[in-house]
Amino acid sequence: MTHKESEPVLSVRDLRIGIGKQNAILHGVSFDILPGETYGLVGESGSGKSITGLSVMGLLKRPLQVTGGSILFRGQELLTLNSRARRRLRGDRMAMVFQEPMTALNPLATVGRQIAEMFVIHRGLRWSQARTKAVEALENVRVPSPEERARSYPHQLSGGMRQRVMIAMALACRPDLLIADEPTTALDVTVQAGVLELIAELSQAEGTAVLLVSHDLGVIANMCRRVGVMDQGRLVEEQDTRALFERPLHPYTRGLLAARPRLGSRTLAQRGRLTELDEVVSSDERGRDQPTLVTPRVFSGATP
Amino acid sequence: MKAGGTGVPVAPAFNLVFGERQPSRMMRFILRRTLQMIPTLLVVVLIIFVIFSVVPGSFISSLMSEGRNATNADVMAHLNQQFGLDKPLLVRLWDYLWGLAHFDLGISYRTREPVWNVIEPRLWPSIKLALAAMFFAALVGIPLGFVAALKPGSVIDTGTMMVAISGLSLPEFWFGLLLMYVFALQLGWLPSFGYNADSFQHLILPAIALGVSPMALLARTTRAGVLDVMNADFVRTARAKGVSEPRLVRSHVARNVLVLVLTTLGLQVGSLMGQAIVIEKLFSWPGIGSLLVDSVAARDIPVVQGAVIVIVLWFLVINMLVDVAYAAVDPRIKVT
Ligand SMILES: Nc1ncnc2c1ncn2[C@@H]1O[C@H](COP(=O)(O)OP(=O)(O)OP(=O)(O)O)[C@@H](O)[C@H]1O
Ligand SMILES: [Mg+2]
Repeated sequence: MTHKESEPVLSVRDLRIGIGKQNAILHGVSFDILPGETYGLVGESGSGKSITGLSVMGLLKRPLQVTGGSILFRGQELLTLNSRARRRLRGDRMAMVFQEPMTALNPLATVGRQIAEMFVIHRGLRWSQARTKAVEALENVRVPSPEERARSYPHQLSGGMRQRVMIAMALACRPDLLIADEPTTALDVTVQAGVLELIAELSQAEGTAVLLVSHDLGVIANMCRRVGVMDQGRLVEEQDTRALFERPLHPYTRGLLAARPRLGSRTLAQRGRLTELDEVVSSDERGRDQPTLVTPRVFSGATP
Repeated sequence: MKAGGTGVPVAPAFNLVFGERQPSRMMRFILRRTLQMIPTLLVVVLIIFVIFSVVPGSFISSLMSEGRNATNADVMAHLNQQFGLDKPLLVRLWDYLWGLAHFDLGISYRTREPVWNVIEPRLWPSIKLALAAMFFAALVGIPLGFVAALKPGSVIDTGTMMVAISGLSLPEFWFGLLLMYVFALQLGWLPSFGYNADSFQHLILPAIALGVSPMALLARTTRAGVLDVMNADFVRTARAKGVSEPRLVRSHVARNVLVLVLTTLGLQVGSLMGQAIVIEKLFSWPGIGSLLVDSVAARDIPVVQGAVIVIVLWFLVINMLVDVAYAAVDPRIKVT
């Protein structure tokens, strides 16, 4: 709360992740995210996008561990913080939305309760008050009849609705940083647009910084002004999104862009579209009737 | 974590247990499951009838083996007639089913009493033993499984699983003898055998002997369940929310594990009454199991049939209760 506006919310420096000291998986990744900025992280499967996000959250699973570098969050070094203090930050100051909306929610608890838990943990509210806040949170993510939905169980909701619940939960405590790890990959194209729009809108309204992980260049183009490209555990390029599409510097990035079908015409189409997309993201008109604005997945099946 | 009870104000207690479910739905479910027990019971009765018409020996021949003089042809004919044994098998089966439909289990060959009067005093001791064994199994097995899973690879984990494996592989007869020897004969803490309706002490050793193998199975199932659930995506979500580990286990993992463990628990409890035969004999426990053994030896077929029906009914009822419990715990399960 004491950080200056111009200072990055998140500053990752030379982050290294490995299995033990020997097997390095992430070989020194550095990037900054400014307050209110949406930073894109692209790269093909296995390039280390998810583990980067998880290490910021402090959620790396056992064989994986951070072996070096620094993660500054609002000027505070996270890697030397004790686990209790880190847990306090999770959910409250930094939140994460995952790819799989089908399994990311507890099947045995109502979604209202799962959102309400955020207020119980971080705001010390009683369950009854927290429930009211949870309904408000659902209302914020445009869930129709939120009162009723709050009483639903995850299996009673569609994928897109569940992802909205996840977003409502993640943003419940108005965090400074939202890490969205492929938030729309598992959703129908038509639903993707709405969910992305929601993330863009809410993060803009609250000034939340977003780390948007995707391997869909179309999504990144829609959402981010700056983008980092990852390849085999390295950040190989970082540029303004538009510049990246126009003048990819790194050979790998060029390959990434070229991996899309019918290179010439598509790239032109992409350029033409990009200019209008900047306005379109925040516009209310964009929605289900214009699903084409989200380009189809580009290189999901590509191998290194 | 209880499901929200914000639904119909008419039945708040019901809602507390069954969440937003319609009470009538649950009642219909129970009713239907009860009716579904009838064909199962019919099959069981049929099997017993066939078996006892095939196995050699009859009640009368068993009297002979007890050294009583029943070889007199007149006496035999009289007995046969009295018990209806002179009738063809199908007629006897029909008579039996007809009686069953009127809640009449027939007359014991041995005591000449209605079978129900023979079985009834044995019911409560049997149920008591099964429930005590289940409580032992659940109260020890489930926490052990949790502890083992939350510290995988630790001394507690390996120790627990070693105990669990030995618990599964030891014959319960042998284990019962061991308990008897140590706690009754050597230490003198508990009575070695017998039954006392008012005494809890008589219950302890047979309950542990009977409960040890379900306990071991529950420990293993729980451990596997916890490891499974801890890897679930929603646990990662809960961690990302900042949920503390104790809270995570308490309010997210435990219920999900319970759903996984419920099946094992139900099957174990359901079969406990049947499994108790050996233990009841060993500890001279006056339950259905020892009655069954004695009645088979005496070819007292009506009592055997009655006892088997009780054991099967227990299994069916417990399984129905498990399904009801499922519906109460897991909102994904539809009760129709
Ligand atoms: N538990 C683990 N044990 C060993 N290696 C792992 C483990 N989890 C991830 N990795 C490795 O870390 C690397 C990066 O994985 P990560 O999940 O971050 O990729 P990603 O860029 O998110 O890919 P995707 O687009 O498929 O989600 C992969 O090469 C993977 O093999
Ligand atoms: Mg990933």
